[in-house]
Amino acid sequence: MNNIIVLPLIIPIMTAVILVFLRNNIILQRIISLITMVFVTAISILLLLNVEADGIMKIDFGGWLPPFGILFVADSFSLLLVITANIVAILCLIYSFSTIGFRHENMFFYPFVLLLIAGVNGSFLTGDIFNLFVCFEVMLLASYVLIALGGEKVQLRESIKYVLINVVTSWIFLVALAYLYGTLKTLNMAHIAERVAEVGQDPLITTVAILFLIVFSIKAGLLLFFWLPGSYIVPPTAVQALFAALLTKVGVYALIRTFTLMFPLNQEVTHTLIGIMAGITIVLGCMGAMSGKDVYTIATYNVIIGVGFILIGLAAGTETALSGAIYYLIHDMLAKGLLFLLVGTMVYLTGETIVKRMSGLIQNYPLFGWIFFIVLLTLTGMPPFSGFVGKILIGQGAIEAGSYVLLTIGFASSIIVLYSLLRIFLASFFGETTVSEEDKKPIPKGVMVSFILFTIAIIYLGVGAESLSIYVQDAARTLINPSIYIDAILGEGI
Amino acid sequence: MRKVNDVILRTVVKGVVLIILTLGVYLFFSGHNAPGGGFIGGLVLGSAIVLLYITYDIETIQRKMPFDFKKVAALGVLLATGTAIGSLYFDVPFLSQTDGYFNIPFLGEKHLTTVTIFEAGVALTVIGTLVTIILSISEDD
Repeated sequence: MNNIIVLPLIIPIMTAVILVFLRNNIILQRIISLITMVFVTAISILLLLNVEADGIMKIDFGGWLPPFGILFVADSFSLLLVITANIVAILCLIYSFSTIGFRHENMFFYPFVLLLIAGVNGSFLTGDIFNLFVCFEVMLLASYVLIALGGEKVQLRESIKYVLINVVTSWIFLVALAYLYGTLKTLNMAHIAERVAEVGQDPLITTVAILFLIVFSIKAGLLLFFWLPGSYIVPPTAVQALFAALLTKVGVYALIRTFTLMFPLNQEVTHTLIGIMAGITIVLGCMGAMSGKDVYTIATYNVIIGVGFILIGLAAGTETALSGAIYYLIHDMLAKGLLFLLVGTMVYLTGETIVKRMSGLIQNYPLFGWIFFIVLLTLTGMPPFSGFVGKILIGQGAIEAGSYVLLTIGFASSIIVLYSLLRIFLASFFGETTVSEEDKKPIPKGVMVSFILFTIAIIYLGVGAESLSIYVQDAARTLINPSIYIDAILGEGI
Repeated sequence: MRKVNDVILRTVVKGVVLIILTLGVYLFFSGHNAPGGGFIGGLVLGSAIVLLYITYDIETIQRKMPFDFKKVAALGVLLATGTAIGSLYFDVPFLSQTDGYFNIPFLGEKHLTTVTIFEAGVALTVIGTLVTIILSISEDD
């Protein structure tokens, strides 16, 4: 029995509920949420090893066989992302222990973080597209609370926008699901893939596919990212990092899953469209990152550039490009999480958000400064850090697919990323310090622990890329040959 | 504030609440085979509580029903997920259900299912959430 697959979803939910009863015991809340996340991560790693040994695993809820019941599917792609998401969540939790403050902790902060993780894990693991919608909603509801928690004026303004945009998007998602069910009479992803392969991807199905493209693009911040820069900077730093690392990536995951498994047949339309959108996203993201004057703007536009870059891999669509996209997705979750934590800490230490008003941070906090430098190199794609492998593979894939324009845009964006972050580094970290040794705020120990663990993860992902490569290759092989996935779910005979 | 003469409302509500609660329980138990179930049952039960809050004031009701409705909702979720995860113990797929016919003294042979426990969780969640929402809205005036 493969019940273990459901644990990454159900354990955070149950723990979140138990924490509601422990509202006043904050230390216990911290310990329990940390233990839960570590446990879930361990389970996910175990699952990945199992999948590597025995192939794709699935669990039919309540014993209802596909395509009638809903099910969870564990393949290498989703498990790699589940593991990364949980690691990011652990590190963000460690960061939040010493920074989030009593007001948040008393107002169910940890339960909502756990619910967010449950939604993210569920979105990665589900094998039913309606269930994907439900898991998206679980994740979004938790994010609504986390973005508004704190009740500052700017938070309320941005959270209204955020909620409205996401509610409308969810509605479009539901409409798209209705169209899909109307045309194909099924919601099981593998079954959809099979039926699309049987009847061919006619214009009607392609239209439905494009509707899904719009929905997931809004969630992922692909081209339709107008809501993102405003709303990602209002919650507390730990929440920002969680959002930047996880929420858009779930949209990216959904895009990759949808257009490799379910609608892969009409690539001239869908993949070209994704390619164009990715290209424009990167260009606009670069403009934002270059023009930004405060650290938050620069960091959020870097998220957008990252999304565009990952989707070059999907647009190119070769096996190399997809394994590059997976590497880069994992890297981006870690690096963007750390970037937001660093930026948030800079603002906490100096009380300023404008780059030019900060100076000489590296003299007061040398380790902090050098960690920022490592993130800078990572995001640019310097070896031996984690961005390198992904960038090379996506580039290779783009050359194989002959999409030289995207290749140029993608690699040019690396220079812009370098420029935008180097500007922060030169202006805020170098130069004369304005704070004397006595006045400087200390960085809490928990914060430094989280930074160092993040940095270790990034270096491991770069240096130890080889050790992950069997899993990534397996994931990419499943993505490029949807029949492996379909056979695992529906069986050979059907 | 002028005291409103609401003696008719108070008298009617005393009777009506009983009827609503009975309907709620009936809907809850008729679940899994006929229209009804935890969600609708919970909504009806919750509406009875809200009606009490409207008719009498919040303090009076809270003295008689000293529950934190947030915790009621949490308990409901715990119950529902608990039955779901109980499947793991019996080594059957997650969310599996089972049922059987039992002879209960005085009541005769009854059809009992584990779905009812799950539905009870749903009902508690709905009641808790509903009342919490209404109470939160009523707080800001």
